[in-house]
Amino acid sequence: MSKATPATSLVDCDIHNAITPAAVARHLPERWRQYHAQFGRRMTPGDYYPKATPMASRTDSWPPGGGPPGSDLAFMRRQLLDAWPIEIGILNTLITIRNQYRDYDAAMATAANACQVAEWLEPEPRLRASLLVPFEDPQLAVTEIRRHAGDKRFVQVLIPSRTTEPLGRRKYWPIYAAASESGLPIGIHFGGWSGGHPISGAGWPTYYIEYHTGMNQTFQAHLISLICEGVFEEFPKLKVVFIEGGIAWIPPVLWRLDRSWRQLKAEAPTLRQLPSEYFRKHFWLTTQPIEEPPEPGQFLEMIAHLDMDDRLLFSTDYPHWDFDSPDTALPSVLPPGLREKVRRDNARALYGFA
Amino acid sequence: MPKHIVSTVAEIPPGSRKIVEVSGRSIGVFNVGGEFFALRNRCPHQGAALCTGHLGSAVTSTGPGHYEVDRSGEILRCPWHGWEFDLRCGQSWFDPEKVRVKSYETAVAPGSSLAPPSPGLVPGPYVAETFPVSIEESYVLVEFGPVA
Repeated sequence: MSKATPATSLVDCDIHNAITPAAVARHLPERWRQYHAQFGRRMTPGDYYPKATPMASRTDSWPPGGGPPGSDLAFMRRQLLDAWPIEIGILNTLITIRNQYRDYDAAMATAANACQVAEWLEPEPRLRASLLVPFEDPQLAVTEIRRHAGDKRFVQVLIPSRTTEPLGRRKYWPIYAAASESGLPIGIHFGGWSGGHPISGAGWPTYYIEYHTGMNQTFQAHLISLICEGVFEEFPKLKVVFIEGGIAWIPPVLWRLDRSWRQLKAEAPTLRQLPSEYFRKHFWLTTQPIEEPPEPGQFLEMIAHLDMDDRLLFSTDYPHWDFDSPDTALPSVLPPGLREKVRRDNARALYGFA
Repeated sequence: MPKHIVSTVAEIPPGSRKIVEVSGRSIGVFNVGGEFFALRNRCPHQGAALCTGHLGSAVTSTGPGHYEVDRSGEILRCPWHGWEFDLRCGQSWFDPEKVRVKSYETAVAPGSSLAPPSPGLVPGPYVAETFPVSIEESYVLVEFGPVA
């Protein structure tokens, strides 16, 4: 799957900056700084499985000056932003919101977003960020969304894929209302803490390889739920980005869902279109970890079945261990025009980058 | 095939490695218990600097619940996606029909044998002051380039 890179610029739609406890503490108000220091944070929920490598990261991504991978902007510039012609990179910081308790989650989200502005977005104009919100308490999430409404450096609202309920549930609708109002897509990213649900629909698997491969089950649950609950009838302008959810599994799920809808639409009468039509109208997909079928022709078939050439967004997942290189991740069989869309133009169009 | 001097033996003690550049190619040279191996420093998957990866063992299994650890320090794991390659031959041990990384022949030779010859020179009338020099070090050679 290797191929020399075209030298055109690209947008990286999934970069993980680490906001360390010390960094977030710099932006917490006194009450929460004290709490943070005295009680601390929940022990890494969601890390039920080992992560392939320490911090799930490329072993060459630990900053030489110390700190975890993704915590050092200068090193991120050297290893990612300057190493490839990245015109814009979107930060998705992941482990800050741990569903500890709601006021604390809200304070952490506010502090982490302030930290992102001061320590990442201000010093590095190539970066944009996803907005962290206490998503399991949508009213508090709305407060955070409104706090940053109009700040173009925040490009979407981030929700991890392992939520406590399927994301079509009305509980989450205030987030969608606020996001629609602010013109922000919802970015749903691999991982998170489920509140106790296993990754699969049939209990807890044993190995990380099962977790990593099986994560698309969470995206499948959200795809079906968001469409069937009528979210896109209620919020016709809502945009959803599946980040790190994979691609190849989607066409068969849409075929299956369309077929079911023809038979069962009396159960969900809110829907006025085929489920696949909602999907193609409201969803975008990041590429990493791009599936690597054994024959190059099968990759093109996958893209054809998906039929969403304008909705694929290139992403590296830096600094994580399953990083996709801008040089080699997209196979050489991808036609040049589509390659440019995926690498750059689709992201520019979705997020309004110049 | 041309042989390139890439290192002294002392620079790469057992268990360590050195990344060298030969004719524009980045190559990792490894010392495993006194044996030297050289692999191209580029993973065939997505191009990471393979030879900076972790060196570990081969773990095999004859069935669920059984495992064996073998070949300690001879299996190189890519720093990005963890693809594993055999230092001895560049072979991957998954999908071995399709995936391998370029490996190079290595040799160790004493410095004295590598000193440039001086054929056809006739001694002139002057002799400068000299100091005794002995070459005790040995060098690691990597074979790379067109066959002569």
